[in-house]
Amino acid sequence: MRKSFKLDEIDCANCAQKLEDAINKLDGVEQARVNFLLQKLTLTAADDAFDEVLARVVELTRQVEPDCEIIR
Amino acid sequence: MNKKQRKWRNRILIALAIFAVVMVIDETGVLGAAFGKPGDVYASFVLFLIPYLIAGYDVLIKAARNIRRGDAFDEAFLMTVATIGAFAMVIFPDTDPHMAEGAAVMLFYQVGELFQSYAVGQSRKSISELMDIAPDYANIERDGKLVEVDPDEVQVGDVIVVKPGERVPIDGVVVDGVSQLDTAALTGESVPRHVEGGSEVISGCINMTGMLHVRTTKPFGESTVSRILELVENASEKKARTENFITRFARIYTPAVVFAALALAVLPPLLGLGAWSDWILRGLTFLVVSCPCALVISVPLSFFGGIGGASRLGILVKGSNYLELLAKVDTVVFDKTGTLTNGTFDVVAIRPADGIDESTLLEQAAHAEAFSDHPIALSVKQAFAGAVDETRVADAHEESGHGVAARVDGRQVLVGNDKLMAEHGVAYRDCDMVGTVLHVAVDGRYLGHIVIADVVKDDAAQTIRDLHAAGVKRCVMLTGDRADVAASVASEIGLDEFHAQLLPEDKVDAVETLLAGEANGGKLAFVGDGINDAPVLTRADVGIAMGAMGSDAAIEAADVVLMDDKPSNIAHAMHIARKTMRIVWQNIVFALGVKIIILLLAALGIANMWLAVFGDVGVAFIAILNAMRAMRVDKS
Repeated sequence: MRKSFKLDEIDCANCAQKLEDAINKLDGVEQARVNFLLQKLTLTAADDAFDEVLARVVELTRQVEPDCEIIR
Repeated sequence: MNKKQRKWRNRILIALAIFAVVMVIDETGVLGAAFGKPGDVYASFVLFLIPYLIAGYDVLIKAARNIRRGDAFDEAFLMTVATIGAFAMVIFPDTDPHMAEGAAVMLFYQVGELFQSYAVGQSRKSISELMDIAPDYANIERDGKLVEVDPDEVQVGDVIVVKPGERVPIDGVVVDGVSQLDTAALTGESVPRHVEGGSEVISGCINMTGMLHVRTTKPFGESTVSRILELVENASEKKARTENFITRFARIYTPAVVFAALALAVLPPLLGLGAWSDWILRGLTFLVVSCPCALVISVPLSFFGGIGGASRLGILVKGSNYLELLAKVDTVVFDKTGTLTNGTFDVVAIRPADGIDESTLLEQAAHAEAFSDHPIALSVKQAFAGAVDETRVADAHEESGHGVAARVDGRQVLVGNDKLMAEHGVAYRDCDMVGTVLHVAVDGRYLGHIVIADVVKDDAAQTIRDLHAAGVKRCVMLTGDRADVAASVASEIGLDEFHAQLLPEDKVDAVETLLAGEANGGKLAFVGDGINDAPVLTRADVGIAMGAMGSDAAIEAADVVLMDDKPSNIAHAMHIARKTMRIVWQNIVFALGVKIIILLLAALGIANMWLAVFGDVGVAFIAILNAMRAMRVDKS
């Protein structure tokens, strides 16, 4: 399953790149893309584990970029 | 400015005010009078710490957090080290104090960051305006009332209602209503399109005049507007080589400068080349310039702007890499039919025999062809101004491969080629024009002939001129048509080369040969209408599909998609690609140039920290402003 989320307040292009790298290293994430200009996160993960993976992604984002919020 | 930015601005203003007051106190010697020596230095240290912390506490926190995660090399870290370093110079009492500089660097950095954030916000806004073609609801009739629903919920085959002023949310066919559609957002074309019952409508168009009932033919997710948005959004995933280069460069650049700064601060004083304080200060200045942000933001932003700007003209570019390739194109290969010509048959000349007028000739031909629906017959009937009265026609039949014969008003009318005339012993006149020639004879008397040909598009010749002016060396046409037809089209619009009588697979071979002839990194673009050109579109460096509005196959196969069928958009696309690449390189050269100069000056001890901060945030700000130019395209 592939879904897009709005990333609020992602401030710098470099941070977006780092966040993307970090999310891609998470368990269960097949592919993650962070688009800095569109403030968008596109996440691909298995259908049955999607919510679980998403919860991990949200938690990681809170650690890496506390200012930035994933809007579901 | 959003709420966060306003708070940020106010914080910076307060810090600036306090900084100014502290500066005055420090300069006027009040501290010296109150605390004596060296107490005054410590007092001013504490005072400057106030605006420093107000302005930069978030930067310090961010740096600390990054260090904890073991991921230190970012701007916040560099600024923290540089400013704390400046404050720490207080332990070298032999030098002038640098607290003012430390606080000022942080302030200046924050001002620059705020500007940068504002500029990014602005470009995001322009981008979302660019993409604001997706309707967020569809009207459905339920129990006689109109209800707004999420377009995702509409099933294929449902009837939706589009009111005047609204955007068509989903592709479909009009079942009821007549209106004009504004397709400018999709094609850049400003002339509205007329639709009525039975017409196909494409999502993203604005309904201008009348209420339309539309039976949907696709789900929302597969409708044209959704596909276009997806395409433009995902375009940034296919990165240009320049973009990848910048990313790799940034990864090396920052650590390299940090270690260089360290070496600069430590080695010379160890070798006894000067005071510690002097070299540490130079090292710190070095650090401030080391952030590659100007490039990391402005290069992708330029590409995005170029792609976004192009999409406003109805030119969809599927990735930054294609924009980069398009800028290097020096050979453009065209398919003829449907690309340079309209792909339809039109009457291009009417040449009556002596004593006959044009309308008589057309009238006879149109009536003889009354019952035929061959493309040639259709174009003759279309050219005839009056209505065809079928009751005047009897005994119409095809003369296989040669033309038609019929009795019109009781007289025998023959319409066809040379062979038909020869067969019936009619003395016909030869024609010097290229195309399909229809001779007309009534009761054995020759009336003249009508020439039918595929018409070259209005802007085809201009396109070739524009491409040549833009530095394209060869414009080549490939066609399955006869050589004389191809030659006439080629000379009419000024092509450099043409290959005629090609089978579809020959086109691939022809493109291969042309590709092999490319020298010095020149690229080849192939332009076709996308219907049966898929192999060639894929083989070319850049495959351009024309007239793709509503054609899934073309959107799929091509790298660049022109929504309408005007070849002049090829020249526009190349123009945008070149402009984007110019902006990208301007930014790269400018940002790196300024940084390298400041690094050199800093190493020599000429540049101070103020200049270094300009080298970081100032350059980033200017580069972003420059990148935003890529988004602006002339509609002309």
